[in-house]
Amino acid sequence: MSTSASFFSDFQITDLLFLGEAAGRTLGISAVSITIGTVLGCVFGWALQESKWLAQVTIGTILDVFRSVPLIIQLILFYNFFPIIGWKMGPFAAGAFVLSIYTAALVANVVRGGIDAVGDPMRRAARSLGMSYWHDLRYVVWPIGLRAVFPSWVGVALSVIKDSALVSVLGYLELLRASQILITRTQEPFIILACAGAFYFALSYPLSKYSKKLEEGWAS
Amino acid sequence: MDYNFHWRPVLRKIPELLEAGLLTLEVAVLSMLLGIAIGLGLALLRMKGPTPLRQIATTWVEIARNTPALFQLFFFGFGLGAFGLHLSPYLIVLAGLTFNNAGYLAENFRGGFLAVPETQVRAARSLGMTAIQTYVRIIIPQVLKIVYHPMTNQMVWAVLMSSLGMLVGFRELSGETQFFASKTYRIFEYFAVTAVIYYIIVKIILLASNLVARRLFRY
Repeated sequence: MSTSASFFSDFQITDLLFLGEAAGRTLGISAVSITIGTVLGCVFGWALQESKWLAQVTIGTILDVFRSVPLIIQLILFYNFFPIIGWKMGPFAAGAFVLSIYTAALVANVVRGGIDAVGDPMRRAARSLGMSYWHDLRYVVWPIGLRAVFPSWVGVALSVIKDSALVSVLGYLELLRASQILITRTQEPFIILACAGAFYFALSYPLSKYSKKLEEGWAS
Repeated sequence: MDYNFHWRPVLRKIPELLEAGLLTLEVAVLSMLLGIAIGLGLALLRMKGPTPLRQIATTWVEIARNTPALFQLFFFGFGLGAFGLHLSPYLIVLAGLTFNNAGYLAENFRGGFLAVPETQVRAARSLGMTAIQTYVRIIIPQVLKIVYHPMTNQMVWAVLMSSLGMLVGFRELSGETQFFASKTYRIFEYFAVTAVIYYIIVKIILLASNLVARRLFRY
């Protein structure tokens, strides 16, 4: 019989379930942010590419700020700003909000590159064949541009999944925060961090390899 | 809106914040220099090293690129504790950033080296250049031109990533901000000022990088 009380319990099989749930939340917030961010980013990127200066000085500057300030500062800043203007937002909503704009800022650049890759001569040719502006955008720019920048979009998506770990500072129970809670309880940082790292790796590695393969396939 | 902004206490602390900003820059620059050295080694090992070393280099690069930077920092902070190795917050951030930088830079360098055709090495050697001369005069200048912009990006990232130091108790710009913010409860004001400082730091780096590039790549 042990004489001292034990405050720490070992790593158990149910803890894997706890980590798995948290991993699901990591995926959830990433999926929401990537979806919203990509839609916004497409609109912003298109506006930046097509406008002379109005979009550049407005959207361009804002997105530039979001790319130049650490994500963790953005998260803390917005999480503390929403209550000031009277919005009640939980960690998930605030985190998804910031991550979405952050994604949009990165995607906007990718989209600009995609439109650039199509080139003016091709677009003028499309217009002179009688296509409207929107036809040109839908049937010429979209398919060609998408091919050019899809691998970089995958790169952005992967970096957002990894950056979603920072939402833990708002108290959102995603994978990294869950692993920290377990570390506090079990005092076995190595195994638990290895599990969390393995999950991120298992998610990110195949996707990055896949996009690299696509890139090579399209380049040749 | 019934919130009163109090900027005065924040403005009074700006000298301290700027000093912490220098610490941020210091750790970012150091991790960058170490990262460049290790990244070069990793890139060369991946291309020309013997199999076991090549596998180690590949593992390093893939782990650095496919896991969150925060995870890498935690690993150096808490994971190594399992082996009885306890690093100071400064070393945790430096090690984490260096690990990450080296991984990303190695991939950039590899791309740079692969972009310079092998035939140029042979041409230089047959003109009577030594192996070292070939590298210094033919290969490195071309590789540098290719990897220069990715390197600038990595430097910016290093500055942004160093903000994670606040989560392991490092008192760089973010950590210092958090310290003051929790003392005064002026969280929004403090972090707003910090965001501005980060923005300025990043802009200065980009400006300096452009100036150097103009000088380096005149031809």
